[in-house]
Amino acid sequence: MAGAGANDLKVLGVWTSPFVIRVRIALNMKGLAYEYVEEDLGNKSALLLGSNPVHKSVPVLLHAGRAINESQIILQYIDEVWAGIGPAVLPSDPYERAVARFWAAYIDDKVRSAWLGMLFRCKNEEERAEAVARAGEALDTLEGAFRDCSEGGKKPFFGGDGIGFVDVVLGGYLGWFGAVGKIIGRRLIDPARTPLLAAWEDRFRAADVAKGVVPDDVDKVLAFLQTLLAISK
Amino acid sequence: MAGEKKGLVLLDFWVSPFGQRCRIALAEKGIPYEYSEQELLGAKSDLLLRSNPVHKKIPVLLHDGRPVCESLVILNYLEEAFPDASPKLLPAGDAYARAQARFWAAYSDKVYEVGTRLWKLKGEPQAQARAEIVQVLRNLDGELGEKSFFGGEAFGFVDVALVPFVPWLPSYERYGEFSVEGIAPRLAAWARRCAQRESVAKSLHPPEKVDEFINLLKKTYGIE
Repeated sequence: MAGAGANDLKVLGVWTSPFVIRVRIALNMKGLAYEYVEEDLGNKSALLLGSNPVHKSVPVLLHAGRAINESQIILQYIDEVWAGIGPAVLPSDPYERAVARFWAAYIDDKVRSAWLGMLFRCKNEEERAEAVARAGEALDTLEGAFRDCSEGGKKPFFGGDGIGFVDVVLGGYLGWFGAVGKIIGRRLIDPARTPLLAAWEDRFRAADVAKGVVPDDVDKVLAFLQTLLAISK
Repeated sequence: MAGEKKGLVLLDFWVSPFGQRCRIALAEKGIPYEYSEQELLGAKSDLLLRSNPVHKKIPVLLHDGRPVCESLVILNYLEEAFPDASPKLLPAGDAYARAQARFWAAYSDKVYEVGTRLWKLKGEPQAQARAEIVQVLRNLDGELGEKSFFGGEAFGFVDVALVPFVPWLPSYERYGEFSVEGIAPRLAAWARRCAQRESVAKSLHPPEKVDEFINLLKKTYGIE
């Protein structure tokens, strides 16, 4: 999206990052224009390093020049500043908010760890398979969570009728799940094992707010993986 | 749910800094609750296993029987479910300040994460943890700056999130071969300031007790 626009918004990111993708989805949900800056993780910009000196990582949301860091915190910031514009990202009920935050924390603990293991930290196929198994266990748990959040699968998303916080947090990983799927020769979210989540994945990928930000060119993602692995060496 | 206990019950473990975050917030806000000490090193209670089936960990806050898990989720919940309770720990109506508070509260977890590696590991991984803990404390010292508390003049969200790790610092100093006074003097002064608050003084245990507990864990894990 060109230009920071009337809201003076800039996102520093990497196109495959699950954490960046979720911020872009939230901005899309609110219909907010923003300037997107692709960072080279092997040569981080002065703006990135100055905006996030503690972690030096993406995403960074710059709003009128002030930096907000950590993707889940950025999502809540967007939800609060633009409350009443577009759909809410978090529900309004305090208990439902606590449930959504719990599952988001779970995803960024168990799914994140497996994601790193499946793609970036495995030294051989055996280690990759072990990480894939851990991902499967986390997805089993999330299938149950989806069942609870969607009234037994009656609703299309974790957020109910519309995309919500947990959907956005998990949805950020789908580009990489596609890449893993190509490597292991089957969908990571297995319709036979976790049917509700598999249907959710199809629905989420097709959503307008995901178009153009959730990568669907698996080969392009896999080629980029090699770039990222080279940087981390 | 039929027969569910009304009001608040906190499933907790005496030395847990994550549980202490919740105790301090509840005390600051004057919200009554029942404290329920959980057996963690032996068999976990049915109530804990039912309330947090995913992690089987404390703290869990039960509100009219419904569980809220994860200490920072609980802190946010207390802010939002009890809007009339004061003080507010998060600045109202300032989304940027709230984002900063949430960032540093989440960052404070690093003190415990890196500190644990300090006493669990040896050799090169321990050396790495030593360098990291110094950096973490320096970052916190820098963020605090000359302010009385992380949010300014009032004790708030970040202070509640970080202060339970203070009794662990003398142990970390020993394993890490550093001194908080030396590398993060403003943080050291902040810790002394916080200790004067009733909610903090009543919730935290002395460093000697924490060190005893670390020794117990080392024995349990078979670490020398």
